[in-house]
Amino acid sequence: MYSIFFLLLFPALIAVLLLLVKNDKIRGAIVIPGAIAIMAVSVYVAVEFLKGGTTYFDFESEMLNWLMLAIEIILCAIVVYLGIKHKKYLASILSLAQAVFLVWFEFTHAHEIDVSNNLYIDQFSIIMILIIGVIGSVICIYSLGYMRDFQEHHAGEKDRRPWFFFLMFIFLSAMFGIVTSNNLMWMFFFWEVTTLCSFALIGFTKTEEAVNNSFRQIIMNLVGGIAFILAIIVLGTQYGVMEFDALLELDSGAMYVMLAVGLLSIAGIAKAALMPFHSWLLGAMVAPTPTSALLHSSTMVKAGVFLILRLSPMYGDNTVGYMVMCIGGLTFLLASMAAISQSNAKRVLAYSTIANLGLIAACGAVGTYEALWAGIMILIFHAVTKSMLFLCVGTAEHHIGSRDIEDMDGLFSRMPKLSALMIIGIAGMFLAPFGMLISKWAAMISFVNSENLVLIACICFGSAVTIFYWGKWLGKMVAVVANSKDVEETVHKEEWSVLGLLAVLVVAVCFSFPLISSEVLSPYLLSVFGQPVDPIFATFGIAYVSVLLGMLALLVVVPIPFFNKTKKKVKENYMCGVNNGDNLSYSGSMGTSVNVSMRNWYMEEWFGENRINKIGLVITIAIIVVAFALIIGGVTS
Amino acid sequence: MNTLYLVLMIGYLVLAPIFGCILAGLDRKVSARMQRRVGPPVIQPYYDVRKLMGKDQVTVNKVQDFYVLCFLLFVVITGCIFFAGGDLLLVVFTLTLANIFLVLAAYSSNSPYSQVGAERELYQMMAYEPMVLLTMIGFYLACGSFNVSDILNGDKMPFVTMIGIFVGFLFILTIKFRKSPFDLSMSHHAHQDIVKGVTTEFSGRTLAYVEIAHWYENIMLLGIVFLFFCNGTWWGYAIGIVIAVVSFFLETFVDNSFARMKWQMALKSSWVVAILLGLINVALLIWVF
Repeated sequence: MYSIFFLLLFPALIAVLLLLVKNDKIRGAIVIPGAIAIMAVSVYVAVEFLKGGTTYFDFESEMLNWLMLAIEIILCAIVVYLGIKHKKYLASILSLAQAVFLVWFEFTHAHEIDVSNNLYIDQFSIIMILIIGVIGSVICIYSLGYMRDFQEHHAGEKDRRPWFFFLMFIFLSAMFGIVTSNNLMWMFFFWEVTTLCSFALIGFTKTEEAVNNSFRQIIMNLVGGIAFILAIIVLGTQYGVMEFDALLELDSGAMYVMLAVGLLSIAGIAKAALMPFHSWLLGAMVAPTPTSALLHSSTMVKAGVFLILRLSPMYGDNTVGYMVMCIGGLTFLLASMAAISQSNAKRVLAYSTIANLGLIAACGAVGTYEALWAGIMILIFHAVTKSMLFLCVGTAEHHIGSRDIEDMDGLFSRMPKLSALMIIGIAGMFLAPFGMLISKWAAMISFVNSENLVLIACICFGSAVTIFYWGKWLGKMVAVVANSKDVEETVHKEEWSVLGLLAVLVVAVCFSFPLISSEVLSPYLLSVFGQPVDPIFATFGIAYVSVLLGMLALLVVVPIPFFNKTKKKVKENYMCGVNNGDNLSYSGSMGTSVNVSMRNWYMEEWFGENRINKIGLVITIAIIVVAFALIIGGVTS
Repeated sequence: MNTLYLVLMIGYLVLAPIFGCILAGLDRKVSARMQRRVGPPVIQPYYDVRKLMGKDQVTVNKVQDFYVLCFLLFVVITGCIFFAGGDLLLVVFTLTLANIFLVLAAYSSNSPYSQVGAERELYQMMAYEPMVLLTMIGFYLACGSFNVSDILNGDKMPFVTMIGIFVGFLFILTIKFRKSPFDLSMSHHAHQDIVKGVTTEFSGRTLAYVEIAHWYENIMLLGIVFLFFCNGTWWGYAIGIVIAVVSFFLETFVDNSFARMKWQMALKSSWVVAILLGLINVALLIWVF
């Protein structure tokens, strides 16, 4: 039990400490051991509670409830103030509305409701704790080197790194809170803290764009927050329920239960940046790269899908289930399409994150054990792979001076080690023996079994589109360009160790997924759905697992002796003109030298961002409106 | 895995290149006759490959051979999984992996022609992938399993309830076989606008590997066509083999009777086909059959 309190409080403590430290060396001396301690305790918690099934902690404290309420009101006041200061009145109004709902509920109903278990931990929480504890902490370590470069690039500006690291660590605390809270009020508190933290992180650079994007983020997430508090009010007033486990026991056919689950789903959808709320995550790209990595891989958006996956037993063949399925599926398809039209590496990653979150949400909404298995698996693989990709792009950006994929021409010759990591990451996102594809495969089977045509269409077309946008990026990177200089030497030591660790994690998770499935997921699914099958063996069978692991081993082992070695004579390219000998230019018709430049294919007129976003917004908003009209009208299944 | 499938798999490993080679030769012969030429001998593809094997060893960079080898390796693995009675989705995903290696080989040369070819290859994958996935889902819904072995021994002929999917699959086979009007990324015709596209920078042994991989791949694809007709009886298998061969020559016929279309058509038409034939057929399989 104390280990969990450690996870909740220790990062916050470090955060406060970091806020006070101005010296970079001392900061390093706090961040590295602190992050390692968080990592170690996360692993310890995993080991301690893995065999215990679901463990509840009652831990009642009236004081704590009042403290949380006070903090929430202060935070609301800050948002109201900032909204007025920056003339973003919508943010102020939403924040005020949220505070009013909260205070009203707290003073009229909350204290009559008896909450017996405030905290809990089960196998799914353990998975989340490991993701947050390990990936979140290594991102914090990586930030040390990155922010040093960042400060040099922004020389002359005020050094606001203490604030940055404060936010990063508070974020971790709040995330641990979300995944272990059984009391919905507590969960809501941590939920709002993560919203505020990412608001501050997105606005970190204080440029006009950053401020605008941070307000877009907070407005959308406040809508989600209001949905969350409304759900609590519905549950509290109608059923006197304020605990997550009690919520899952309610009859999912009843109107008010559906309403509450629907509202919670909206909160999850907003936080997970699914359509129609996806634009805030794209705006978050203005923040320093470690922030993006944190938001995309282990925190923030993962909280959104965590909530949806938790609610999985309430979904299925009912109105809310169909709402989340359709939104998730369409988000997967449309975001993948929009990724084609992007040349900014971070935006491609962002759209891919949105797409995968859509898929995870859809998996959760199907409401069967195999779909939930697939959803949690995608969540794990995505967290590991995406964090590595973001950090790779961040490092590349500082060394080649651009985050544009077009400028990554022949990165393989310029930054060989970094490119190798990026190739592992990209391949991990969509190719056969890697984990993402295995879980997508399971998702596909579960969609077919649930006989949902919309989801089948979305995953078939979405997968095809996914191949295109990753493939062309991969191609850009592997191109061998003559005369390129190696610019890898100046990469910070912290960055290498973090990237290396993440690469090892990617590979380790791929190889150990049968183990994760049988030891962690199966018991959890058994406790949720009561079906004692290990889905991985039910859907795939041992033979396929071994084929896949064999292919993976083949990919790791076979390349080493052959790669980058040849006995053949190396000649110049064919250029349809006389190659000048460097593969970069050829002799044109009038004896002039013509430079060759190659650009990728973006198909703007088909998959242009604006077009896709418009379609997505219209359809998903319509779905939400119709779904809520149906629920309130009493049509729940 | 029982002995039958082991035999089938080894049979595939040994015989697929031979049949693939003869089919490619027949393809050229029939095409020639359609164009009122005599055409090369039937085993001309074999002579070509043998000649390529003996050529000077030249390459444009040190990594290309590795990618092409992986392409060949994974195409063969794909076929082995299929003929060993394996999972159809695994077949699709492994084939995708193989194709990505081919694309990377082309990209790695950093030559304008092969890069355009590589991008078009990716584009074609985007075009045909939905229909391929829907085909496999169709088999699952019709036969209750993704396993080739179960479908092979099933007592219902999948074709009966999957006519739409069958036609859709034939449509995208035109892309897979690299036939006009969709031979965008590389073509065996001289009229290609980007020389040999993906294979522009391959020579000698490397190019020979690409040829051999195509023989393997074509036989596997015809195997899927065959699968539509098996119903556990000998006449089902016979129909399957006949239709597979007929569909191959149908593609040859299409190849010779269509001009190249604009690249836009490839994606638009194959997605429309995937929706109209594939998706609706899947819907019927779910709700009606």
